[in-house]
Amino acid sequence: MIKQNLLIFISAAVVNNFVLSYFLGICPFLGVSKKTESAVSMGAAVTFVMTIAAIASNLIYNYFLAPFNIGYLMNVSFILIIASLVQVVEMFIKKTSKTLYKSLGIYLPLITTNCAILGLALFGVLREYTLLNNIFFALGAGVGFTLALVLMSGIREELEFADVPKPFKGVPIALMTAGCLALAFMGFAGLI
Amino acid sequence: MSNSPVQEFTKGIWKENPVLIQLLGMCPVLAVTGTVVNGLAMGLATSFVLICSNIIISLLRNFIPKQVRIACYIVVIATFVTMADIFIKANFMDISKALGPFIPLIVVNCLILGRAEAFASKHSCFKSILDGLGMGAGFTLGLILISSVRELLGNGSILGMSIIGSWFKPWLIMVLPPGAFIAMGFIVAGMHVIKEK
Repeated sequence: MIKQNLLIFISAAVVNNFVLSYFLGICPFLGVSKKTESAVSMGAAVTFVMTIAAIASNLIYNYFLAPFNIGYLMNVSFILIIASLVQVVEMFIKKTSKTLYKSLGIYLPLITTNCAILGLALFGVLREYTLLNNIFFALGAGVGFTLALVLMSGIREELEFADVPKPFKGVPIALMTAGCLALAFMGFAGLI
Repeated sequence: MSNSPVQEFTKGIWKENPVLIQLLGMCPVLAVTGTVVNGLAMGLATSFVLICSNIIISLLRNFIPKQVRIACYIVVIATFVTMADIFIKANFMDISKALGPFIPLIVVNCLILGRAEAFASKHSCFKSILDGLGMGAGFTLGLILISSVRELLGNGSILGMSIIGSWFKPWLIMVLPPGAFIAMGFIVAGMHVIKEK
């Protein structure tokens, strides 16, 4: 039981990293990875929403969609859950912690269209995870996302001073860097 | 801003190509382009959703309240995505298995929501269809380009047919995740060179 959940966690965090091997959440990965500080905040916000979304999507699917045989409404219901969850979380944080709101605030609305969240909910259903499995899966995916984002931002801060050939400036060199990171993460494949 | 109908169609293919110029909807672009078949299927599915949602949203553009428009767009898009998902599952099980959750994930493809917000909500139905057709074609062509490069280098074939002879040792890395980033990086850099001229 513990072993299985630990395996799910490690697999989602490094072996099948959401960003680098499933390509989920590429937009924030390329957009918000210019500074380490914002990368950490974005990662924290995503992990937070992911965990709540994993719990909510699992409950909705198992206790509402599956018993009524309306699994085909999965896409519509999941995206609505995520959108409203993000709204609620944003309002809650705004009310309770001003400092947290300041560091996460601007990233929260962006998360609605982050495919990593919806992808996580869909993977959870596809792989028939239990609620506990899903929570570990979400935590792992969130840690993996944060890890990839922070590593990438560290490299990109250094790249600012590098002499990059003109056509490769901006997005192309970022993609190349991500390619190298993905190569490095492939080394984790033997871990499990 | 008033383009002719022909321009509305052609801008998506080259000048404002969603994959190569605007870099929208990168997740599916990188994830499914391991083989040309998958890339083509993804392109066609996305085009279908894009055109249909453009039609509906342009027809409803005067009825949707401004404050909740994004939520309305997402519901419309999600409906068509579900239709495409069920259709592919019923007719092409292999492709559905290969693409996995990436068909349902068309819902959050920023290209579709972007066109709904930036174009279909402001223009007539006819123009929105042309825009959807052009953007869809541009997206599909972009996917075909990237997946051709990856399949050719990673497998020595295109559409499953061996193109390069047996002397070629395939670069396995190109069909694996890192290859997607590297191929895309070179293609975007190539576009920068072409645009400079």
